Amino acid sequence: MPNFEHPEYPEATLLHLESMVPCRESQVSSLLSIFGERQHFSFPSIFIYGHTSCGKTYVMQTLLETLELPHVFVNCVECFTSRLLLEEILTQLQSLSSEKKHGSHVPCDTFNDFVRLFKQEIITQDLQNQTVYIVLDKAEQLREMEANVLPGFLRLQEMTDRNVTVIFLSEIVWELFRPNTGCLEPFTLYFSDYSIVCRDLKELRHLAALNFTKYCEPVVRGEANERDTRRLWKNIESHLKKAMQTVYLREISSSQWERIQKDDGEPGHLKGLSAHAHVELPYYSKFLLIAAYLASYNPARTDKRFFLKHHGKIKKTNFLKKHEKTSNHLLGPKPFPLDRLLAILYSIVDNKVAPTANIFSQITSLVTLQLLTLVGHDDQLDGPKYKCTVSLDFIRAIARTVNFDIIKYLYDFL
Amino acid sequence: TTTLTDYFSQGKNDSEDSGLRFATCQLLWKQINSETEKIQEELNKQLFDNLIHFLRQSHSELQTKKTEWMCRMKSSEIPTAALVLGVNVTDHDMTFKSLSEVLQDNVTPYVVSLQAKECPGIKHLLQKLMGQLMDCNVDVDSSEEEECVNISQKKIRCSMASLSKWYESVTKKTDSETPSKKRTSSSRHWQSPPIVVIFKDMESFTTKVLQDFIVISSQHIREFPLVLIFGIATSPMIIHRLLPHSVSSLLCIELFQSLSCKEHLATVIDKLLLTTQFPFKLSEKVLQVLINIFLYHDFSVQNFIKGFQLSIVEHFYSQPLSVLCCQLLEAKKRVNSLSHNQCENIRSLPSFRRYVESQVSEKQIALLTEDSFLKEVTQTLLEDLHIYHENYFTVLRCLHVFTTSLPKYPLGKQIRELHCACLGKSVWETEEYESAIQLLRMLAKDELVAILQKCAEIFISSSGKQFSNTVEKLEEFLARFQNLEETSEVQDVSVSSQKELQKTTDLYHLQKTLLALKESKRSKKLTKFEMLRFEVVDFIDSLVRSYLAPAEMQTLNEVVYFNTANTLREHLNAAPRIALHTALNNPYCYLKNQTLKSDVGCISNTAPDICIVYKLHLECGRLINLVDWLEAFSTVVTAVEGTDPDAVATDQVDEIIHARFIRAVSELELLGFIKPSKQKTDHVARLTWGGC
Repeated sequence: MPNFEHPEYPEATLLHLESMVPCRESQVSSLLSIFGERQHFSFPSIFIYGHTSCGKTYVMQTLLETLELPHVFVNCVECFTSRLLLEEILTQLQSLSSEKKHGSHVPCDTFNDFVRLFKQEIITQDLQNQTVYIVLDKAEQLREMEANVLPGFLRLQEMTDRNVTVIFLSEIVWELFRPNTGCLEPFTLYFSDYSIVCRDLKELRHLAALNFTKYCEPVVRGEANERDTRRLWKNIESHLKKAMQTVYLREISSSQWERIQKDDGEPGHLKGLSAHAHVELPYYSKFLLIAAYLASYNPARTDKRFFLKHHGKIKKTNFLKKHEKTSNHLLGPKPFPLDRLLAILYSIVDNKVAPTANIFSQITSLVTLQLLTLVGHDDQLDGPKYKCTVSLDFIRAIARTVNFDIIKYLYDFL
Repeated sequence: TTTLTDYFSQGKNDSEDSGLRFATCQLLWKQINSETEKIQEELNKQLFDNLIHFLRQSHSELQTKKTEWMCRMKSSEIPTAALVLGVNVTDHDMTFKSLSEVLQDNVTPYVVSLQAKECPGIKHLLQKLMGQLMDCNVDVDSSEEEECVNISQKKIRCSMASLSKWYESVTKKTDSETPSKKRTSSSRHWQSPPIVVIFKDMESFTTKVLQDFIVISSQHIREFPLVLIFGIATSPMIIHRLLPHSVSSLLCIELFQSLSCKEHLATVIDKLLLTTQFPFKLSEKVLQVLINIFLYHDFSVQNFIKGFQLSIVEHFYSQPLSVLCCQLLEAKKRVNSLSHNQCENIRSLPSFRRYVESQVSEKQIALLTEDSFLKEVTQTLLEDLHIYHENYFTVLRCLHVFTTSLPKYPLGKQIRELHCACLGKSVWETEEYESAIQLLRMLAKDELVAILQKCAEIFISSSGKQFSNTVEKLEEFLARFQNLEETSEVQDVSVSSQKELQKTTDLYHLQKTLLALKESKRSKKLTKFEMLRFEVVDFIDSLVRSYLAPAEMQTLNEVVYFNTANTLREHLNAAPRIALHTALNNPYCYLKNQTLKSDVGCISNTAPDICIVYKLHLECGRLINLVDWLEAFSTVVTAVEGTDPDAVATDQVDEIIHARFIRAVSELELLGFIKPSKQKTDHVARLTWGGC
């Protein structure tokens, strides 16, 4: 007895379909009932959402292909402009029934053109009597396009007066889509996660593929049989843990991981990407970065205390303001003007620094290296403001190389 | 280039041999430039070989098209090389240029280099990518006109789908080519060559563009073999910062690291400066300027070489005698054809004057009056200078072997530091040298032997024959060390006292034993090894004293040494603020008008208005009252022009003066010295601090 019942399709096809979509039976059966028979008009638009790799694309593709429904499948990331998207739909539509694999290029600039060309194409392809499905994968990209694209697709059935259903696949909920005008609410359908543990099926598959040979080793050696899961798990556990710390985080690549496995060596000698955190900088760049860090994390009022020789005795409690009681490091870096950066620089470098063109270009270099960021527009020449984006660990490592005790100069650690 | 030569000859009043100087300069730079390129190539070789190996591997996995589950999984990842190049961004262009050349020669014609500023959006990125790819296709078979037309059409519609179609058509075409042609192409490139996309400056790309590109291309990875190369200036952590896990999981990233810029610089200095191959030399101060810019500011080897080039040009431009700065034989020839003026130039060289003074009086007169005699002497002096250099570099390398084995490196770790120390002054008179010698006298035997062996190798490989004695001496030392080993003595005395030292715990006794030990050491006869060690160190000291004399002491050093460090600093490490201040504070410095010459502090009335306004504003605090300022300005200006006192008495400022004042103030605002203030009416705020 198959799970799916539908008068339209033969039982064998439905059974095959069922075997193809494990754990998605309920969603598929509701989709089947929504689709109805081939010539039936369906919902103008269906919105399917769920987490990464919970089978949205796969289920839709399998469903439409197994039942041989006329459909067009487009990825909205790939077609990053509305023009590319519309043209891609038309091109795929052309090749639906005809023999040739790729349709010829159809120029289409506006949604208006699209509606006209779409109607024409349906007639030339002789598809009037069945529902045509347009699947828009990664539909969240539609929000970036012209304002009329999303409402247009929602009302495509109405505008073309043809039997067409648009299916949106997205990782985010419909509420974040809803356009201001011309909105026709779609039918929404949620794809739940496959299980509570697995958040990402692709990653699970990736890790399984990489470690499967290792997992099988005891069986191959004849030390255990396939059912002896406990023993097999014990064998693989530490290995998997290592994989979770390296390959999963893309610290080392899968082919490097394979090579390690082949040599049966420890991944110890192979350092991950994060192990190479050290950045070698020119001498003044180091001090500029330190100055920027101090300017970002110390309140400007406290500069006097840190950088004036005879600042007198100011206790922390005396000049503590209420909002400053929270750690500046928790709040993140604050913007500071160029003048303050230079003033701090001059006072922390032992010898005299001339304000040469090189110093200024070093600041710009630090911005291009993403160690500093420019706040506001980059065309603002008058009094630019910066933020320091490096972490405390990073700046401590830098400060250590120039024998500068940065902790002594940080307000948070006073 | 005629204009260049003209400039060279017009520049100085003393335009002796300017044409020849210019030609020599050009030739020398050509040689040096090709040498630097060679160095770069050699240094990059290892990195490029690794990269090609990586490309080959990632590619083969894609090609075998195994249906196995695992391979299918893996092949959906885009092979990516994370290339960590260091923060010297200015050098990267060279590296990427040669990298794409190497790849195009050995791997694939389809190499695309992308820069962040060209790709603000995914659309631009794809446009750039396809543009470069289609171009290289045209290169492969430029005969087919229709193909080109097709390409330009596709260019408008840049999507990944059309890219994969293009790739299909291109590879099919190569397959159907005649077998002979195919063989030639396959020897250079692999079959179905990968498309290599280089992101030159990973840090500057926006996350969105990168993410979109990776997501899109990962969907087509099975249609064409794509390989990414990320050029990273900081650390590979940036990948994690730019790409979320969902995107980085589409990549198969391997890390490659280039040689550090400091090592690169060391090689450049070694091959360009510490050699007699090129006649041109840098003085200590100039070299220090260049090295300081490198270490303090940019880490850029390219900039270092550019600075070196500037020194060469500046030297040949400003020093008429630089005509003799060429290979020794040629220089000797050129000496013969020197004009009388040039002879006078030689006579006025400080180093030559020193030389003359040290001669007997008859020779002095001959040197100063007879050109032919002078030329003869000059030839021998040039030869002496050449020999000095040959010896200098050999002994310098030898001393470097010694000093790098010392704790804390009193004379510096790098040979360039040692070179600077020796160039500037007599190194044996410095404290650092003294402490280095002290430390050398404490070296252990096996260390000393290893060092001596290395030194012997250096002397043997040096071209100069004058070191045959030195080599003999070194070998003799080595032999004696060998003998020592055989007849080693037991030093029971010192061992026992050492034991005593460990036993004592009380401070008084410890002091006593130490004193006794010191006494005994002083009185004790040195062991044979210690004596030999003293001998070796003395020998090295004598080498240093005789061969590492500072270059400034050498006669005619001005011919080959460029030593105007200030000019170089002004050009390479410009200080715009200081220049601006100088221009406004002391306009004579730039305008060279005699009437502007004035004492510091007083305000000249003939100076341009903006200078007067600037000087007046230096005397103000943070806020400047415009009315007071105008009055002061008017006083200064009228005092100059000496207008009749009645006008001043009316207390009415002349309209023209008023206008001049407003113009000067707004110029000052434009330069960023002041800005309008809302704190007080009729006031402007100063943006700089400090005054006269």
